[in-house]
Amino acid sequence: MDTAQEQVAGNKVNFIDTENVVIRFSGDSGDGMQLTGTQFSDTSAFFGNDICTFPDYPSEIRAPAGTIAGVSGFQIQFGSKEINTPGDSYDVLVAMNAAALKVELKNIKKGGVIIANTAGFDKKSLRLAQYSDDADPLKDGSLSDYKVLEIDITKHTKESLSGTNLGNKEVERAKNMFILGLIYWMFDRPTEHTEAFIKEKFGKKPDIAEGNILALQAGWNYGENTEIFTSRYRVASAELAKGNYRSITGNHAAAIALIAASKKAGIPLFLGSYPITPATDILHDLSKYKASGVKTFQAEDEIGGICSSIGASYTGHLAATTTSGPGLSLKIEALGLATILEIPLVVINVQRGGPSTGLPTKTEQADLLQAMYCRHGEAPLPVIAAASPSDCFDTVFEAARIALEHMTPIICLTDGYIANGSEPWRYPTEAALPMIKVHFASKDEWKEGPYLPYKRDEKLSRPWAIPGTPGLEHRIGGLERKHETGHPSHDPENHEFMVKLRQQKIDKIADYIPEQKVNFGKESGKLAVLTWGSTYGTVRNSLIEMSKEGKEVSHIHLRYLNPFPKNLEAVLRKFDKILIPEMNNGQLSVLIRSKYLIPTISLNKIKGVPFSADEIKAKVNELLNN
Amino acid sequence: MITTSENKLTAKDFVPDQDVKWCPGCGDYSILKQVQTIFPDLGIPRENFVFISGIGCSSRFTYYMETYGMHSIHGRAGIIASGVKSANPNLSVWVVSGDGDSTAIGGNHFIHLMRRNLDLNYLMFNNQIYSLTKGQYSPTSEKGKITKSTPFGTIEAPFNPAELALGANASFVSRTLDRDPKHMQAILKKANQHKGTSFVEVYQNCPIFNDGAFFAYSDKETKKEEAIYVENGQPLIYGENNNKGIKLNGLTPEIVDLTTTGVSANDLWIHNEQDKTKANLLARMFDAVVPDVHFPRPFGVLFAEERPVYEEMMQSQIENAKAKKGEPNLDSILSGDKTWTIN
Ligand SMILES: Cc1ncc(C[n+]2csc(CCOP(=O)(O)OP(=O)(O)O)c2C)c(N)n1
Ligand code: SF4
Ligand SMILES: [Mg+2]
Repeated sequence: MDTAQEQVAGNKVNFIDTENVVIRFSGDSGDGMQLTGTQFSDTSAFFGNDICTFPDYPSEIRAPAGTIAGVSGFQIQFGSKEINTPGDSYDVLVAMNAAALKVELKNIKKGGVIIANTAGFDKKSLRLAQYSDDADPLKDGSLSDYKVLEIDITKHTKESLSGTNLGNKEVERAKNMFILGLIYWMFDRPTEHTEAFIKEKFGKKPDIAEGNILALQAGWNYGENTEIFTSRYRVASAELAKGNYRSITGNHAAAIALIAASKKAGIPLFLGSYPITPATDILHDLSKYKASGVKTFQAEDEIGGICSSIGASYTGHLAATTTSGPGLSLKIEALGLATILEIPLVVINVQRGGPSTGLPTKTEQADLLQAMYCRHGEAPLPVIAAASPSDCFDTVFEAARIALEHMTPIICLTDGYIANGSEPWRYPTEAALPMIKVHFASKDEWKEGPYLPYKRDEKLSRPWAIPGTPGLEHRIGGLERKHETGHPSHDPENHEFMVKLRQQKIDKIADYIPEQKVNFGKESGKLAVLTWGSTYGTVRNSLIEMSKEGKEVSHIHLRYLNPFPKNLEAVLRKFDKILIPEMNNGQLSVLIRSKYLIPTISLNKIKGVPFSADEIKAKVNELLNN
Repeated sequence: MITTSENKLTAKDFVPDQDVKWCPGCGDYSILKQVQTIFPDLGIPRENFVFISGIGCSSRFTYYMETYGMHSIHGRAGIIASGVKSANPNLSVWVVSGDGDSTAIGGNHFIHLMRRNLDLNYLMFNNQIYSLTKGQYSPTSEKGKITKSTPFGTIEAPFNPAELALGANASFVSRTLDRDPKHMQAILKKANQHKGTSFVEVYQNCPIFNDGAFFAYSDKETKKEEAIYVENGQPLIYGENNNKGIKLNGLTPEIVDLTTTGVSANDLWIHNEQDKTKANLLARMFDAVVPDVHFPRPFGVLFAEERPVYEEMMQSQIENAKAKKGEPNLDSILSGDKTWTIN
C-alpha cells in the first residue's frame, strides 16, 4: 500500500488513502470465501476501482474440514491505478482458521493486517493445521511483524442472529457475511450491493436472506463500534477509460466469445466437451445459453468431445471443443483428421500444471509446444493465446474468425490463472464487433464442372459445401487428398505438394492478422521482455513501475504464436537482449530461437503460481546491470 | 443430375465415378449393392444422405456412395455422426464400421451412441477379424482362433455385438448377412424406418483373412439347422422343412421337434420385438445360452422400441428455453446482469 494518512475530525480512526490494496480471503472450503471475495470484488469494481482477482481452490472438493488440504483462498487486488495482477503479497489476510494462516503466512507483507477468526484457532483446529502441540501462533509472538486483529467471528455472527429463527447450520454459514461487512467498513465500502445480491439469491428463502443481511450489517457495525481498529483505508476510483463495464472471468469470456462469433458469422454454435479442470466452466456456461440456440454435447470422453465437434463443423456449425492439457493430448489424433479435412474448429486449451494429472488446479504455460507440434505427420495449425481474463474474449473471438475464414482447426491457449481470475471489462456492443465471413458453396457456383472440394481461394482455403446442399455431394476423409478434386490419393508428388500447401495456408494467415507492436516502452533499446499468455499482467506492471524509476525496458506481448506476426523478427532485432519469462521450461524461447536464431534469455517458473513482480524485476535489473 | 425427391432416384445415382477397391469376392460388395438398391426407395433427397465411416476395409464404403460422406478415423465414426445428427437433424445419417472399429478402439463411443439413441443407422460389418491390417483377431473372433497375432489361438472371450448393443440400451438391434441380399434389404429398410439408433450387424465374409466364418448360416447343407429367421409376431421355427421350433420353459429356451413331440406352432416362443427380456435371450443364442444345447443363430430384428431420440430432445430444450425467456440479444449476453459506467 502506498499511503497517505489523514486524521478524520472527531473520530479516533485514521483514514489512510492508498493507491492499491491486496486482500486475501482464506478459510476452509466450506467457509464461503469464494463468495465473500467475489462480492467484495464486484462492489469495488462497481465503485470504479480497477481490480484483478484470483480464486485459488484446493483440488479436493471437500477435504476434511480444518485441514491444510482444505484451504480455499480468494485474492483480489484493487486500486486507483492500472491493476494487471491479483498482487504478489497481501496487505490484508482474513484467516478463518489456523490452517488458512499456516498456508498464507509466507505471502503477507511485513506490517500487513491479519484478521484471525479465533473460533478457528482452538486446540483441534491448531492440531488439524499441524501446529506442534503447544504452539498457538496467536499467542506465541510469532506474528509480531504483523498487525493481528483477533475476532471471534463465529460468536459475533451467532449473537447478531440470536433474534432470528435460523438453525445452527445457517447461522454458522452466515459468518462469511460478517467478515465481508467488516472488510467493507475497513475499506469504506457500502453494503447495498451485496444486500441486493443476497435478496436475489435467497429470494425464495426470506429467512436466510434476512439472516445474511443482518450478519453483513453486524460486521460493518462491529468495525464502527469497537475500538480494535485504528485505521480505515480509502482507495479512490481508478482512471479507467470511459465506457460501460462489467466484471468477467476468462472462462466466461471464452464462452460468450463463442456465442458472439457464431452470431457474427451467422451460423449456429456447437460445443462438444468433456469435463476437466480448469476448463469445465466453459461447458457449464454455454449449457445455460439454450435460448440462444447453443448446442452443448457432453461427450463420453475427450476424443468424443472433439469428434462430435468435427461432425457439427462438417454440417456448417461453428464448432468448438474445450479442454486442458491431458485432454488436448487425447484429442490429437482427431486434430490430425480436422487438419486434413480442412474444416473450421476452435480448440480451447485452458492450461494447468502437468504432465499427467500434475497440478490440476494450478496454473502453467507448458502446453505451448504441445499445441504447436504434438501431431502425427506434418500438421501445422494456427495457435493463439489470451493475456488476461477479458482478453479471453478477444482471443477466442479471433480464434473463431481464423477458423471460419481460413477453414482450419485452431488451438487457443488460456490458463487456469486467467480462466478463473476476473477483472473489469469494457465490454463491446454487438455492432462494434467485426463480421465473420462464412460462405457455403452452392450448385450455382459450380455449374461448369464437378465440385472441387479442395480448390483454393486467395487465402489458400477451400470451399465449404455442407450436407443437404443439392448437387455438391462429395466425400472427404483422412486419406491424403488429391489437389483440388479431393479424391483419396497415394501419389507421392501430390502428397508432398499437399503437405507444403497446407503449411503455406497456415503461414498465409500472417497476411490477415495485425503486425506486432511494442506494447510498452520504446521501439528499440537494450532490453525487451517478450511474453505470451498470462504472464502479460505481471510483466506489464513490473515494467511500468521500473519506468518510474527511470529504467527503460520495453514489453512485447504475443497473441499470435503460429504463425507469428510478419514483422516480429524485425521488432525483436531492435533490442540488444530479449528476455522471455514463462511458466514452463522455456517453450517460447525454443520457438523464437529456432525460427529467428535470436539468443533469447529465459526466466522460468514452474511452481503452479504466476510470477511475482519482484521476480521479474530482479531478472530485468540483473540484465540491465550486465 | 437428379438431386431432389421429386425426381425418382435409381441405384445408379448412388454410384460415384470411383473404382471400388475391395478384394474380389469380399462380402462388402454385397452390402454396398443392397444399400444402393434400397436407397432410391427411401424417399430421401440424395443430398440429405451422409455416410460416416471409421477405418478398416469396411469403412472404405463411404467412398463408394455418391452422397455426402466422411471417411474418418479408427473407431470414431459413431461419435462424429452424433455431432452431425445433433447439429442437423434433417440429415439421414449412416455409420459404417467394422467389428474392430466398433468394438475395440471405438468400443466406448459405440456403447454411448446406443444409449443416447440418436436417429441414425449403424451398419457394423462383422468379419470377426481385422482385415485392413492383414488378419489379427478382433473382439468378435471366436475363442481359440489362430491369427497372425495369436499363433497359439486367442485366449479371450469374444463380444457378441447384438448382446453388447442391447446391454448398452440400444433401441433397435438386428442381424443379417452378406449372402442373403433380400433379407439384408428388408432389414436395412426397417433400420431406416426405425426412429432411433438402428444397429445392424452384418455378417460379412472376408475371403482373404477369415474365409467362411459364417458359411454355416448361408450354405445350403447347413443353414436350415444353423440359422433361424425371426419375424415379429411369428413363432420361432427353423430346420429342414421347418421341423423344429423353440419353446420357452420359463426363461429357458428349449428346442422341440415339431414332427414328433406334438407341440404346435402356437405353443412356441412367439417373437415380440418389443420384449427386451426375450430379446436378451435371443441375442444370447450365440454360445451355449443353455449348457450343451446347440441353438441356431437368430437373424432379423431382435429388438425394437420407440423412445425419444437425442437430437429432438436437444432441440426441444432449445425451443422451450426460447419460448420461456425469448432469445436474448447479443448485447445483453455481452453485458451480463451487472454493469457500471465510467464517464
Ligand atoms: C489409431 C489407429 N490405430 C490403428 C490403426 C490400424 N487399423 C486400421 S483398420 C484396423 C482394424 C480394422 O478392423 P475392422 O474394424 O474389423 O475392419 P475390417 O478391416 O475388418 O473391415 C486397424 C487396427 C489405425 N488406422 N488407427
Ligand atoms: S481383406 Fe477381406 S474384408 Fe478387406 S477387402 Fe479384402 S476381402 Fe474384403
Ligand atoms: Mg473386421
